[in-house]
Amino acid sequence: MTDQYDDNEDIILSDLPDDELIEQMHDDIYDGLADEIAEGTRILLERGWDASKVLEEALVGGMAAVGVDFRDGILFVPEVLMSANAMKAGMALLKPILSARGTKPIGKVVVGTVKGDIHDIGKNLVGMMLEGAGFEVTDLGVNIDADTYIDAIQEKGATILGMSALLTTTMPYMKVVIDRMKERGIRDDYIVLVGGAPLNEEFSASIGADAYCRDAAIAVEVAKKLVAAA
Amino acid sequence: MQDKILVIACGAIATELVRIKKLNQWDHIEFQCLPPELHNTPAGIPAAVKAKIDSQFKVYKKIFVAYADCGTGGALDAVLNAYGVERIAGAHCYEFFTGSESFQNLAEAEPGSFYLTDFLTRHFERLVIKGLGIDRLPALKSVYFNNYKRLVYLAQSDSEELQAMARQHADTLGLTYEYHPCGSAPLARALAPALQH
Repeated sequence: MTDQYDDNEDIILSDLPDDELIEQMHDDIYDGLADEIAEGTRILLERGWDASKVLEEALVGGMAAVGVDFRDGILFVPEVLMSANAMKAGMALLKPILSARGTKPIGKVVVGTVKGDIHDIGKNLVGMMLEGAGFEVTDLGVNIDADTYIDAIQEKGATILGMSALLTTTMPYMKVVIDRMKERGIRDDYIVLVGGAPLNEEFSASIGADAYCRDAAIAVEVAKKLVAAA
Repeated sequence: MQDKILVIACGAIATELVRIKKLNQWDHIEFQCLPPELHNTPAGIPAAVKAKIDSQFKVYKKIFVAYADCGTGGALDAVLNAYGVERIAGAHCYEFFTGSESFQNLAEAEPGSFYLTDFLTRHFERLVIKGLGIDRLPALKSVYFNNYKRLVYLAQSDSEELQAMARQHADTLGLTYEYHPCGSAPLARALAPALQH
């Protein structure tokens, strides 16, 4: 749709009809333009769009293309992070509206990076994508021990526990958490998802997790599927 | 077949390997290095090592791999097990540069530690700033380093120039600076299995 515009010509988002604005926002998410996404989100809300529709069509729809190109090796981590940052700018405007509405989430998720590990890029992306998909997400942050995870899933009434680790040295801690859940007799009360660069499906199965999620988009697919089946 | 041992190594430790070989007169060992950029993309390490083994397997009487797991999550071991080839023990290069116990102490004392070696200090701009895309997208600096607290320079050499550079890199990333001299001994010990015929 941008064919009709000169590359050097500024695009006035508010001049665009809805369908072209959505398409432009997809491009802007792809290009990691946070200010433009915030502006586009405001425009759609002012035009009377429902916040859920803005989230789904403009933001989640835009990130979907980013996810596909990341998996295909067309986009790399820095670009994905900028895209996520752009989506976050739109989410910041939509989240208060969606929260105030009190809509029942499709599931409650507690996420965090395991003890000894401070890497949170993937975990943050997963949390944001799950929120975009209609989950209520509690992000515990980084360097989280087993008791903190367990206290949080119980307090929040979570459906899913999501654990992340980037280091080979810290990923075994996921088993510590799962074993602690077993000791307390609550393991089967929750869906446990794990993710992080050095993990794989074999590791996930070996520690007794329910699923390994290779990236944020897959985490959303898996979470939806397992919640629906629960 | 040559009566020599081939060590397939990460390019990021090449300088230290050459120094250790010369120091110990390990004339029966030869090194072939893979690109140091793999440090940033560990998923590519197993395939790169496999390709190198495939091309050299019939040339040398023994092959040893101078990588640790290096973030491959066991995928490197899966490749090596298929050939019966050993590697340096441990999780990553920071561990074999410092020794396992010393590294564990560093990591436990501050999980938010970002480590530089001599090589990474010297090539910080290329491998860290450009490698992570911070030169193109400066906003990413806080995304990557927000949770880090300190930069630990694991020094293989006793170079004041490198120490000054490492301190500067800590400032660039907004981290406190800690100097941790390691020398070459821990790496030389880690290579011991390569020497056994």
